[in-house]
Order: sequence, then C-alpha cells, then structure tokens
Amino acid sequence: MTDRTIPARFERPSALAFLGYGAAVLLILWSFQGAGWSADRLMRSPPALADFMSRSWPPSTHNLGRLSLKMVETLQIALAGAVLGVLLSVPVAMLAARGLIAGPVVNSVVRIVLGFFRAVPDIAWALVFVVAVGLGPFAGMLAIVVDTLGFCGRFFADDMEGVDKGPAEALTATGARRIDIAACAVIPAAMPAFISTSLYALEKAVRSSTILGLVGAGGIGIELKVGFDLFDYPTALTVILMIAVVVIGVEQLGVLARRKIIGVER
Amino acid sequence: MPLDRKIGVSAPVLSHDLAVAGLTKAYGPAAPVFTDVSFSVARGEAVALVGANGTGKSTLLRCALGLIAPTRGTVDILGTRIGPGATAQMRGLRAQTGLVAQKHNLVPRLSVLSNVIHGLLGQGAGPRYWTHMLAPAEARDAAMAALEKVSMADFAHRRADRLSGGQSQRVAIARALVGRPRLLIADEPTASLDPAAGEEVMALFFSLVRREGVTVIFISHNMSHALSYGDRVLGLARGQLRLNAPARDLKIADLRGLYD
Repeated sequence: MTDRTIPARFERPSALAFLGYGAAVLLILWSFQGAGWSADRLMRSPPALADFMSRSWPPSTHNLGRLSLKMVETLQIALAGAVLGVLLSVPVAMLAARGLIAGPVVNSVVRIVLGFFRAVPDIAWALVFVVAVGLGPFAGMLAIVVDTLGFCGRFFADDMEGVDKGPAEALTATGARRIDIAACAVIPAAMPAFISTSLYALEKAVRSSTILGLVGAGGIGIELKVGFDLFDYPTALTVILMIAVVVIGVEQLGVLARRKIIGVER
Repeated sequence: MPLDRKIGVSAPVLSHDLAVAGLTKAYGPAAPVFTDVSFSVARGEAVALVGANGTGKSTLLRCALGLIAPTRGTVDILGTRIGPGATAQMRGLRAQTGLVAQKHNLVPRLSVLSNVIHGLLGQGAGPRYWTHMLAPAEARDAAMAALEKVSMADFAHRRADRLSGGQSQRVAIARALVGRPRLLIADEPTASLDPAAGEEVMALFFSLVRREGVTVIFISHNMSHALSYGDRVLGLARGQLRLNAPARDLKIADLRGLYD
C-alpha cells in the first residue's frame, strides 16, 4: 500500500542544515559589521545629500561639447576593447572547454588564467596598463580587453561544453578532426549564447570605461574626478547623468539586439 | 526459432566490414551494459539490431565505431583493428563510415547545404569545408547530388532548424552518404518521426544504401522493419547477444522474446 500522506509544507531542517543557516546569518551580520554599518550615519546622510543636490542642481551645460567628446571616447574604448576581447575569447575558450580540442591539463591551466583575469578588477588592470603603455585611452582599452577576455573566455567555454553533443558525434563518425568539429558543430550551436554573452560584455565594458578615467586610462571618468576635486558639482552631476543615459541606452540596445539576432530575451 | 541461437564468432577477415569479438562494456564492476558480444557484418550486408530499451544497443554500436571505448574485446572496422591512441588511423577509417542517429543531429543555425558538406570533413578537412560559402565546387556539387537523392535539393539554402522532422532526417541521410561511406550505422533513424514519415525515410534510406552497396547496421524497435530491411537480425537481451540469425528465417514472434 502506498503512503498517501500529504507532504508537509515546510520540511524540518536537519541539525546540520540548521547549523549551516545559523552560520550563514552570523557571516552576513559579521560582514555588515566589517562594512562599517552605521544607522546613525545613515540617518544623518539625507541633509548632506540634499546639500549636494542643491549645490549641483541644475546640471552644468557649459562644457557639454567637451564632455560629449569625452563620452564618445569612452564609448570608443568600450567598443574597441569589447570587440577585441570577444574575438580573442573564442580561441581561448576553445582551449578552456573540456573535451573540445585540448586535453584536461590545458583546459585547467587556461581556466586558471581566465579566473585570474576576472579576479583582478578592471580598474586595477587600467592602473597596470597606465604603467605599461602610459596615460590615455589605449591603457583603458587594454584593460577592457583583459576584463572581457576573462569574462567571455569562461562563459564561451561553458557554452560550448553545454551544447548538444549529437552533431559533434555525427561528424566524429565521419572522421572529422576536432578543430573541424568545433568549428562546424560546436561553435554554431553555441552562437546564440556567444552573442548574448558578447552583448553583456559590451554593456559591462561601457560601464567600466566610464570610470577608467579616474586612474588616467581615458574616457569621461577623469571629468567626474575633476568635477568633485574642484567642487564643481553641477559638472559632476552632468557627467553622472550622461553616464546613466549612455549605460541605460546601451543596455536597451543590447536587449533589442538580442531579440533581433537570436530571438530571445536573456 | 529459439533465442540464444548464436552463429559463432567470425574471425576478422577483409570481406567483413565489421567484426567484434568478446566485446564488453561496463561502467564499473557492478554496472555491465553488455558482456562478451561477438558478431561480424559482411560487406554490403544490412543487419538489424533489436532489443528492449536499456539493453545497450546504442552503446554497442558506438563501441563498434570507436566512438566509445569498450571495456574488453576487439573491434575490426574494414579489416583494421581499432584501439586507443591511433587517432590519425581512426580518422582514416571513419572517413569511410557514417552515423545516422535517432535525432537527426544537424547543426541548427546552419544551412542544409553546409550541413551536408560537413559529411565530407573526414575526406577534406579544413576551413573551406566549414561552410558552403567557402567549400570547393566539387564538395558543393557532391552535397547537392546527395540532396537530390533524398529529394531535398530545393531546401539547400534553408536553415536546418526550419525543417520538419522527416526533412531533417532526409538531410541527415544525405550528410551520412555524401562521403560515399562503406559502413553506416543507423541508430533508430525513424524513432522521432510519425509512422508515415518513418516508413518513407526507412524506404528511402534502404533504397539508397542498397543501390550504393553500403554495409548497414541499424537499430530498430519496429520488428517488421528489422525483418524486411535487414538481411540478418542481431538480438540483444540482458546484456547478452541472444540472437544472430538470417532475417528470412525469423518471424516477428521470434523477436518478441527479446523484449520479455
């Protein structure tokens, strides 16, 4: 006879699970403490924020031409860096994807290198490239390339590992080489995911490129820093609003492009 | 005819396009898929492999094509013993083999023509064979000829994911045949099709392979297909080869025992 008891709405956690939940709560509280959580300072912040808003409003339109040129440079850094990063990511991801063209040792080494690229923040890469190639947008572009490579290299590899193995098997059975199988069966099948990931990479690159100027790596970020340093809050607010408009615009374009190219919203 | 009527192990000889001996596949000691399977397939012969779900038919055929490594036993394809490590040699052999799977396994976003040209990758590797736009004229012509044979030439430029199930399987057959293989494995080629499309694809497939003298091993759950299209029937049950007999000597009732 079968047991027809209705399952309880909530399962009683095991002692171990209960300890785990407790430890997670303690970890979160500890993090708030480490982050300097202060309700008192939070309560005192609205007047300061209101003061900033009153001193920055209305946004300055005096330097709109120069700021626009800097914003164009920001977008150029983002686009050039993201495109180069995406292009480099394809062969690198092929080496990182398990069972595709390289053995497990190469897969692991490439994944570790990609993990390192991702672990170092883009602003730190920008500092490194400012030292390596000097101040200016080229350093920013190189930072975006490395950041995109770390991001797309990993996700492209995961996408390729996740595709249906059937077409690859059919080509293996005809004697195709691994590189041909990757090019003919795996990459085309992973292409929708590649496009989606690349568009995210571009959105991410645009966001990153707006702040790389803070460390002298080109783009509009330097204008934000100068605005705050000189207490020129109206100009700083203009820069913030320009960044918001451009980032939101690029995100919307990304949604549109995804829908148009691959027919889905992801 | 009683089950367990095996017709002995054939030694690997050149007139056999495929010979397996003592083939065993196990995923760990407690999980054997099949044990000590031996059979051979003569040139130009069509052999049906039947058996219940989960008896390892697909695994057996993939071991026979060297796509999966067996745990024990030997496989000779076209007179050559295959084994681990001989990648280049395996590729040369596989250039003479093909696989038609239950799911057509076409690359969805590519054109029908590019998918068929991919069937030539074993013979002409390299970027020119990656897409029909770059392919040599002779590869394009061969692919179009293969599509003609399966009545799909009018769909050459259509994306593979915009075809019906029957059309996709026809294209998969064209891809498998474009390289003029000597040995084809068909793993339930009509399982994903409705009965009418399945009959049509089966008839087309066998008219082509018979005309071109291709050796075929096919898996089918349709017992009448096994008896009408196969010269011989192999039956797998509980991990053992329980039947190896000419199709003309068998009746559907003889095969039912394999599914008990």
